[in-house]
Amino acid sequence: MTRFRPRAIWLLLPAAVAALWIAQQFSWATRFPKAWELPVAKTVSKSAAVVTDNLSWLTRLFATAIEVPMTLVVALLSEGGALTLGGFALDLPPLSWSGLALAVVWLGWRTGGPGLALLQALGCAYLLFFGQWSAAMLTLASVVIAVPFALGAGVVLGIVAWRMPRLDRWLVTPVLDLMQTVPAFAYLVPTLVLFGFGPVSALIATVIFALPPMARVTTLALSRLPGAITDLAAMMGCTRGQALWRVLLPAAMPMLLVGLNQTVMMTLNMVIIASMIGAGGLGFDVLLALRQLDIGRGLEAGAAIVVLAIMLDRQGRVLASGWSRGQAVSRRRGLGLVLVLGALLGTTLLGQIHAPLRAFPESWQVTTGSTMDSLVAWLNVNFFDTIEAVRVFLLMNLMNPIRIALASAPWLGVMTIVAMLGWVLGGWRLAVLGLGVGGFCLVTGLWDETMTTIYLCLTAAILSVSLGVPLGIAGHRWPRFGKLLTLAVELLQTMPSFVYLIPVVMLLRVGDVSAMIAIVAFAVTPVIRYTMAAFEAVPPALTEAGTVMGCTSGQMLRHVQLPVALPTILLGINQCFLFSLAMVVITALVGTRDLGQKVYIALTKADVGSGLVAGLCLGLVGILVDRLFRAAAARIAPQEPSSHA
Amino acid sequence: MSKTTAPVQRRTKLSCSEIWKLYGPNADRPAASRDEVESRAANGRCFAALSDVSLDIGEGEIFVVMGLSGSGKSTLLRCLAQLVEPTFGNVELDGRSLTRMGQAELREVRRHDMGMVFQHFGLLPHLTVAGNVALPLKIRGEKAESRDHAVATALELTGLAAMADRLPAQLSGGQQQRVGLARALAVGPGLLFLDEPFSALDPLIRRELQDELIRLQAGLHKTMVFVTHDFSEAVRVGDRVAIMKDGRLRQVGTPEDIVRQPADDYVRNFVAGVDLTRVIRCATAARPASRSDYAHAVSGQGRLSDAAETLMAAGGGPIAVQGEDGSLIGEIDLHAVLAAVSGKSLAGEPA
Ligand SMILES: Nc1ncnc2c1ncn2[C@@H]1O[C@H](COP(=O)(O)OP(=O)(O)OP(=O)(O)O)[C@@H](O)[C@H]1O
Ligand SMILES: [Mg+2]
Repeated sequence: MTRFRPRAIWLLLPAAVAALWIAQQFSWATRFPKAWELPVAKTVSKSAAVVTDNLSWLTRLFATAIEVPMTLVVALLSEGGALTLGGFALDLPPLSWSGLALAVVWLGWRTGGPGLALLQALGCAYLLFFGQWSAAMLTLASVVIAVPFALGAGVVLGIVAWRMPRLDRWLVTPVLDLMQTVPAFAYLVPTLVLFGFGPVSALIATVIFALPPMARVTTLALSRLPGAITDLAAMMGCTRGQALWRVLLPAAMPMLLVGLNQTVMMTLNMVIIASMIGAGGLGFDVLLALRQLDIGRGLEAGAAIVVLAIMLDRQGRVLASGWSRGQAVSRRRGLGLVLVLGALLGTTLLGQIHAPLRAFPESWQVTTGSTMDSLVAWLNVNFFDTIEAVRVFLLMNLMNPIRIALASAPWLGVMTIVAMLGWVLGGWRLAVLGLGVGGFCLVTGLWDETMTTIYLCLTAAILSVSLGVPLGIAGHRWPRFGKLLTLAVELLQTMPSFVYLIPVVMLLRVGDVSAMIAIVAFAVTPVIRYTMAAFEAVPPALTEAGTVMGCTSGQMLRHVQLPVALPTILLGINQCFLFSLAMVVITALVGTRDLGQKVYIALTKADVGSGLVAGLCLGLVGILVDRLFRAAAARIAPQEPSSHA
Repeated sequence: MSKTTAPVQRRTKLSCSEIWKLYGPNADRPAASRDEVESRAANGRCFAALSDVSLDIGEGEIFVVMGLSGSGKSTLLRCLAQLVEPTFGNVELDGRSLTRMGQAELREVRRHDMGMVFQHFGLLPHLTVAGNVALPLKIRGEKAESRDHAVATALELTGLAAMADRLPAQLSGGQQQRVGLARALAVGPGLLFLDEPFSALDPLIRRELQDELIRLQAGLHKTMVFVTHDFSEAVRVGDRVAIMKDGRLRQVGTPEDIVRQPADDYVRNFVAGVDLTRVIRCATAARPASRSDYAHAVSGQGRLSDAAETLMAAGGGPIAVQGEDGSLIGEIDLHAVLAAVSGKSLAGEPA
């Protein structure tokens, strides 16, 4: 089955040499001539303008339709406000903090027992005492509104893809791939142009961002159902609708709930990013603090994001696993629910007369802002030299060489190498994909930015791998350490990507090194996770065989465990690369000069064309890298010895 | 020809004629003629999971389909149930062609006249036992009252009344399959499909459920198509057995026919090692009565193994074999049993 092409490797070298030689002879082969570029961004901008002009009634209609539930939820959760419906104006008070916190803790207790209740209570306490409650509720409101839309659209798309496998293969899967690799910022640009600066745009971008995993999970869950369930639906004489709603979807529910949890977390992640186009909330606070270099406030708001993320994640997981264990049918929660709702209503109404019930009293709030400020100042004063030394070392020995090599590489040579690599690893399709992606970056005039992006991702990946693989191996070797590591990785993964920037920027100021460290912190998690999983999956029979042969633990690692674990580790590195790409965009906020910066600038200028094109570049590079890694992993995966003749 | 137990004359409930099922490229396209399907099966690109299978299954009969893994048992069952469309051939239920029926009509037939039991139960995890059993009734739009009644009856029949509110995850495998059975029976179908219904259970529970099925069948007289790969199960529950190999029927007959006169070496190998005393009925082994009065009697429908104790009590001497109405069919003694089991010389058929 393996179609290994040994000859192809011998073609690779001369071709690359030839390309480099040509590149040195002709300047057009080194730098892509400006005249060959196509005005893609301009064309996109123009057509977008046409679309916007002609569809303004539709977008306005859409915006109004979303606005109503949105104001309602925002009013209830955070600010209170007037809801106008037709001629009516309804003045809504915000739900009281006391009632809401009680409801959150009660839900934790009902579904996850005292442990979860305690966690939720601590989380609420943090938000309240550190004065983050109303911003957190605003963020939560955006999540609460976006999740149903993302879920609904995701499930419908997933069902369609499941019903029509051909459509799925040729349209839905590629589009979803692109949606997941194109950075979130890039969505913001067109929505901004279509819907203007404000919460509605933010909501739409959020929904688009959070939809793909749900669609994927839905398709997967439906196609993984045991044959007996689909047969059952047919044999009971179900109509198509009955089969789907009464049998298949309920049976797929445990997996769908996992998707739900993912959707909630992605929504939170995006809501934080979308704060920048006017959704307000915790993300906005962090951004503001970052801009003003108000370290204490930035850290507190950042911590609030983490707290909120953990609260949502734990609650979501418990709900999902509870359903699959069949607890969803317990019927004795009626009384508790009534009591809690009563308390919520009661405290809200009482809050109208008694202010401390409505808004958490300021005098109870604390802040560690000044302590934090002085801590950071102290660190900067006392460790400036050390930090600076590390920074310069990284820059001089790792980052600059790679940057210069990539920036000065002739495009023709790079293209040739990419195409050859694609061909060797995955056949002509992958080669064509490589050429297509490279060509797109070239003709849109984004080659340099693409190279900068790849330089950042590459250095981040190198650091992540040299950090993550040993950590993963250590975690496997010493299970207790492994447990700690898993915990840390899980925590890191629940955090919205934006949060990573805060401490780095505070210590290292803006620049490539800060960006890189933030990227590594974000992208090292999949490497650790995959490495540990890969080592865990090495069959015990093999290690026992190694022991019997008298391997030292080093020999065992080199000759038994690593070779078997390598394909999985490679997939982890692939994830690491994709994570880096996603993070690169966010680091544009701290002043890198890559594709992310292009998107960010387009965002501030509301320039649809450049924003989309740069975003697309990132997305395409992501897909290419993903396909290359997968092909490589498949190539080196050992063929299972066939057990039967 | 040998004397066999008189075949019960039954009205045909389900029949199929010349059905073929091909898998492979373009296999979804139905064949227009027999020649076409044969040439497509022969050209080597398609794989024939069923070749030219014709069957008549009588009303109230438990028809067992047997064969090794991959022989096409499930494919046959699924073609009969129209879960997969045969590439060629016709399936008729009560004289109406299922293969030519429209979707809506087929749905109605399934809602009222078919039930299915799955190897791995196929219960919905979020519904209680009662909810699972009620589901097909809800699907066909039954009113709440008659539905509750039907559910209660089905649960009563299968001995699950006490567990109505439990979730499938809280039941043992045997109990789960009872729920599967109750669900299939709830709509009051005339026809049941069972694809290896007891294969996932351990031997003791399997026997218990086989007995349960036999007990239920005595009162319900459903027509059943029952797939198994366990010959002793086939003998216990089946009225007739079909043996398949490579998508073709090798032999169809009563279990006794098959063990006593295997159609070919494949079937002979297949049934080799079967405990014949548990297959052959007393009536088959009986000789003409030599007197009119016996101290001991056994039922002609019983297996030889059932008669062992009575034979021992009679000192091995001849005992009466009676028909269902108590009439005298003949007699058996130790020698007759041995003769039947050795297959050398059977009563009325000199070696
Ligand atoms: N959807 C399918 N596509 C291609 N081949 C199939 C398909 N379903 C069944 N087959 C083939 O048809 C043959 C018969 O399969 P079937 O499931 O009927 O066997 P079986 O007798 O029920 O076996 P088992 O005892 O393992 O259940 C097998 O060789 C199988 O590989
Ligand atoms: Mg089968």
